Amino acid sequence: MDHVSVRMTVNGVLVERQVPARTSLADFVRDELGLTGTHLGCEHGVCGACAVLVDGSSVRSCLMLAAQASGAEVTTVEGLPHSGRTARLRDAMSRHHGLQCGFCTSGFLITATELLTDADAVEAPDEGTVREVLSGNVCRCTGYQGIVRAVLEVAGGGATAPSGGEPAARGGGPGAAATAGQQR
Amino acid sequence: MKPAPFAYVRADTAADAIALIDEDPDAKFLAGGQSLLTLMNLRLARPARVVDIGGLGELNRVFDDADSVLVGATVRHRAFETDPLLRRLVPLAADAARHIGHVAIRNQGTLGGTLAHADPAAELPLVMVTLGATMYAESRRRGRRAIPAQDFFVSHYTSELEPDELLTWVRIPTLLPREGWGFVEYARRHGDFAIAGAAAVVGLRPDGTVERVRAGLLNVGDRPLLVSGGASMSGCRPDDELWRDLAGEWVRQANPPENADYVRDVARAALTRALRAAYDRAVSAGGE
Repeated sequence: MDHVSVRMTVNGVLVERQVPARTSLADFVRDELGLTGTHLGCEHGVCGACAVLVDGSSVRSCLMLAAQASGAEVTTVEGLPHSGRTARLRDAMSRHHGLQCGFCTSGFLITATELLTDADAVEAPDEGTVREVLSGNVCRCTGYQGIVRAVLEVAGGGATAPSGGEPAARGGGPGAAATAGQQR
Repeated sequence: MKPAPFAYVRADTAADAIALIDEDPDAKFLAGGQSLLTLMNLRLARPARVVDIGGLGELNRVFDDADSVLVGATVRHRAFETDPLLRRLVPLAADAARHIGHVAIRNQGTLGGTLAHADPAAELPLVMVTLGATMYAESRRRGRRAIPAQDFFVSHYTSELEPDELLTWVRIPTLLPREGWGFVEYARRHGDFAIAGAAAVVGLRPDGTVERVRAGLLNVGDRPLLVSGGASMSGCRPDDELWRDLAGEWVRQANPPENADYVRDVARAALTRALRAAYDRAVSAGGE
């Protein structure tokens, strides 16, 4: 009675399992499927670390039951493409120091991917839009500047180019200075 | 796993959902889950049985009905921002929806869910009260009944809905010609629940003077508060100061449970700006 049968496509693979009804989509992909790239932070919809795409739209996988996602197409961070915008986003995140401990990164990649592939968007998002969209994801290391720059660079709208060029360049640009200033 | 164990059943149709809740009024409807699953994860809610209505396509629809728009209970918050028909017909809701949590929350959260949840800090309940919407509830025993938005919200997290009723549709009056809208809220961070907020609709006469003003406040009490009375703006072309004075008068009708003076100040600022935005939009709409 408390178990349900769920059947969904995760990262292109059809999966079917019997799980307790109270299994969240987050626990389903992590514990049942071993896809631990989806992280659990707050488990009540505040931090955004557990974001996944369900039928192309971002959702908090801690606030969705696996049963609710039955029949849907789910994409976790492991299933994001290795080419095109997402590949450029990963590269930009690295160059702009968009991550440090990495715990929040998969959530940011999902949220930013939805923004960058928004079919309704008529023009590249500006910094205000990027910040508003990313406001649903919490990062406690970077101070967000590098993440915002990375997303803006890939979006192609008013991005601040990393003036240092090389990823390891110290004091090369505003991003590097901010990061260096935060480190002890 | 965070929630206490429960039985899960997915309704295939609205009629199916109503029959399922009729059998077991202690069961809870689960729509988008952005409020209920939070409460269940924190074990503040422990329903023994959950009836999933989130996938009901028949209620995920919008009908343009001349002077009103009929919106189904499972329409997502995000649709108010992105759906061209909804944006055009209820721009106040489009403005308000942008303040609900974040995109991932709005992709899942439903209109029916936020109304039934009846959080006094929620945006769309205030929009419904301000616009004078009507909720439709259906149950096996009572059939369909219409509940005016102003009577729908009873107190904190308490609506007029009976345990065996499903909120199915909401009829939202669309703006008249020469009407403008404004929505303003203040929160410490974007997406947080607001300290206070306000929605306003201002309608003008053909000569450009004010005909009517309707406004409400968010999170200043146990439910969305429609404000009224006070100095009449009827026949005026109010300047910013007059709107500020009216807002000051109106926020005195609010009795916030905590930090009352501060919350009233914040509400006054929000209401002043919402009224001015509504008036400015009405003036530009009337000038066409």
